[in-house]
Amino acid sequence: MYSWILMLVVLAAMAGAYQIGRRRAIASAGGPTRIKQLHSLPTYYGLYAALWAGLPALLLMGLWVGLQDQIVIGLVTSHLPNEMVAGLSDGRLGLLINDIRNLATGNIVSAEVTPEIQTAADQYNRLNRLAQWAMWAVVLAVALAGLAYAWMRTQPRLRARNRVESTFTVILILFSSIAILTTLGIVLSVLFESLLFFQKVSPLEFFFGTNWSPQIALRADQVGASGAFGAIPLFTGTLMVSLISMLVAVPIGLLSAIYLSEYAHRQVRAIAKPTLEILAGIPTVVYGFFAALTVAPFIRDLGLSLGLDVASESALAAGLVMGIMIIPFVSSLSDDVINAVPQSLRDGSYALGATQSETIRRVVIPAALPGIVGGILLAVSRAIGETMIVVMAAGLSANLTANPLDSVTTVTVQIVTLLTGDQEFDSAKTLAAFALGLTLFLVTLTLNVIALSIVRKYREQYE
Amino acid sequence: MNNPADTTPPRRAIDIVNASLKRRYARERRFRWLGATAVTLGMVFVVLLFADIILKGYTAFQQTYIQLPIELAAATIDPDGTRDPATLARADYMKLIREALREQFPEVRDRRDRRRLNSMISVGAPDLLRERVMADPALIGTTQELWILADDDIDMLVKGYIDRNAPESDRRVSDQMIGWINRLEAEGRVAKRFNTIFFTHGTSREPELAGIAGALMGSFYTLALTFLLSFPIGVGAALYLEEFAPKNRWTDLIEVNVNNLAAVPSIVFGLLGLAVFIGFFGVPRSTPLVAALVMTLMTLPTIIIASRVALKSVPPSIREAALGVGASPLQTQFHHVLPLALPGILTGSIIGMARALGETAPLLMIGMIAFIVDIPKGFTDAATVLPVQIFLWADSPERGFVERTSAAIIVLLAFLFVMNLAAVLLRRRFERRW
Repeated sequence: MYSWILMLVVLAAMAGAYQIGRRRAIASAGGPTRIKQLHSLPTYYGLYAALWAGLPALLLMGLWVGLQDQIVIGLVTSHLPNEMVAGLSDGRLGLLINDIRNLATGNIVSAEVTPEIQTAADQYNRLNRLAQWAMWAVVLAVALAGLAYAWMRTQPRLRARNRVESTFTVILILFSSIAILTTLGIVLSVLFESLLFFQKVSPLEFFFGTNWSPQIALRADQVGASGAFGAIPLFTGTLMVSLISMLVAVPIGLLSAIYLSEYAHRQVRAIAKPTLEILAGIPTVVYGFFAALTVAPFIRDLGLSLGLDVASESALAAGLVMGIMIIPFVSSLSDDVINAVPQSLRDGSYALGATQSETIRRVVIPAALPGIVGGILLAVSRAIGETMIVVMAAGLSANLTANPLDSVTTVTVQIVTLLTGDQEFDSAKTLAAFALGLTLFLVTLTLNVIALSIVRKYREQYE
Repeated sequence: MNNPADTTPPRRAIDIVNASLKRRYARERRFRWLGATAVTLGMVFVVLLFADIILKGYTAFQQTYIQLPIELAAATIDPDGTRDPATLARADYMKLIREALREQFPEVRDRRDRRRLNSMISVGAPDLLRERVMADPALIGTTQELWILADDDIDMLVKGYIDRNAPESDRRVSDQMIGWINRLEAEGRVAKRFNTIFFTHGTSREPELAGIAGALMGSFYTLALTFLLSFPIGVGAALYLEEFAPKNRWTDLIEVNVNNLAAVPSIVFGLLGLAVFIGFFGVPRSTPLVAALVMTLMTLPTIIIASRVALKSVPPSIREAALGVGASPLQTQFHHVLPLALPGILTGSIIGMARALGETAPLLMIGMIAFIVDIPKGFTDAATVLPVQIFLWADSPERGFVERTSAAIIVLLAFLFVMNLAAVLLRRRFERRW
């Protein structure tokens, strides 16, 4: 809480430093009339001072906030009596620390409060308060020191603009590197946990096993908790739902893109195109609700009246609704590539006497095909990674089946079910989710790279 | 010509064409019809989706109340007459409501029946009554005709979701209760009133007490922080990539990365958040803070791509003119190019924010699905967000949650609509063709 106030104080200090730096620069040049003596505009001296006052202080504060808790906890545990800490596993120690923390913040404590824990909690509070005050003092001191440094350096010959601009450039470079850091973070975090998982379960079993039941036995004699991690049923389930969605989305999306770009009247297009794109803006959780409460019961009733046995959470319902969600995706990507086909190709075909549909089927579509395929690949990657619709409308049971009326489960559903709720970080069940995540990431990444390169190559062709 | 077998004229190309024309035109019509059907189907899906949600949800904006003459007896509420808020807060308001209900139905004497009678009132009604009395202590000692919140089963009955003609064993409301309700309705003591609870309360296990205020505040904090983080970072990154970056391996790598991140499944970002932000950096779970960090990483590619397009559309002459009168490259960008590109950048950012508002999957990973009744008051309070609330309610078995889920969806869609409208208007108002 106090950190937020401190941050505001530092920001205010930066604003103050800006004014001070500006005034100082003007004064050092000998008054407002002699600004031309300065190397840069006064504003830049202000910014220079503000950066010196703010940046080191903010960086230090970030570090402090990040590390304070760990250091305090370390100090508190090192002061705990030896017989309490000795022989405790990491998990037990974590529980003890949690207790101390809860007691200190006035929350409910799991174990009974011994005098040792009470002292530790008091110490925790005291150290935290101390650290808080120290942070204020140190951060403000650093800000002042920065300001003082800038004050001393400010003289007409200081190349303030160059300094400020190179700092800004460095900040911009850092910002753009965040994209790389994100990818790196995804790969490292998922890969690291997956490696831990593959130490417990062999990759062979994971990628080729046909039995998925991630419940780990708590006791040796527990029934139905074998802890089998064969992911084939998840892969087939994912493929089935994606296939159904593609069967819905590709024909409807492609045909409507063709109709809207080649046949439709301008006014029809002006209404129909944005209407279809509404579908892309609707949150997936809404589709999930629609699939689970409207489409699935409808399909079930329909199946019952036809004498078919339909699961209440069928792959068909989830796939259908996912298809609806992906229609605008396919249609807008195809629309782009169809419009990119040069008019001269069409004119040539008409000149030979082809009808409009013949032109579209024999000339326009073949010319646009790489782009369309790229778009469909992107759509497939979307379908595979889609989560909420399948979580809400597809089932949890890992059936190895080819019947779309059965309930299936998907990779994303299992990631969600394995990771929601409180879990230990090192159990095979939790780690399995990361292995699934790694698989998902690699597959979608491959699809995206292929699709994007096809689309890009195609675009260059006609430009 | 002399050969009698050769009487048929030679087949000319035009004859072949003419012969096939009918077939070809029919095919043309079929193809056209197919395209039109596809477009119509797409539109039908849009209409179906909205009609379904609105029809399911509009009733949740009203809530059933039962009017009862409640004697706010001073002996029960404030025996000492001190009007001390602590005493007022502790009093047994349920007793007052039950007594009033008993007076309405003096013939109900059996204990089991009485319990059933009491179950027509929401368990949250006493709290609402307490708030009422504490806001206006002058009511104590008087008898007031008050509207008391009904239980969700009664609410469903009054709204017609429970079929009164179905066999008694098939519905959640017994014949006896229907009789009582009919009598109250005949006396004009049952009414549907605007459901303020839905907008002012946090979530609850009881449908009639569940509201979206907590989720809305959670969404607000998350989105605000997401915007504060992702807007400067996204614009800065776009500026660097578009205007300053030398063409080399590193910037190529960044480009490919940005494009790919835009297509990474959102749930993978949830895994990243769980492993890195929560597991490694120790950011508290279930808070708008960690949600905003994950959302920032997710929306960055969108904002970067949109900003780059906007920057690209600013003509080079602007840059050349600025550089020509002696501006530095950074001055050129910040004083001239960026202001001109700002409408486009803002449009892209709003669309990115709209997407973040509707995102659910990654938030499930980072603990936003905890059951949190309190309305969050800051970035580090445990919170949930609107789409996750929808997901949680959709999972609840009570019939009353179906309409509330749909109503929450309507609210969510309304916010998305406003955001997209703002983006479109912004584009219309400030778009410049050079």
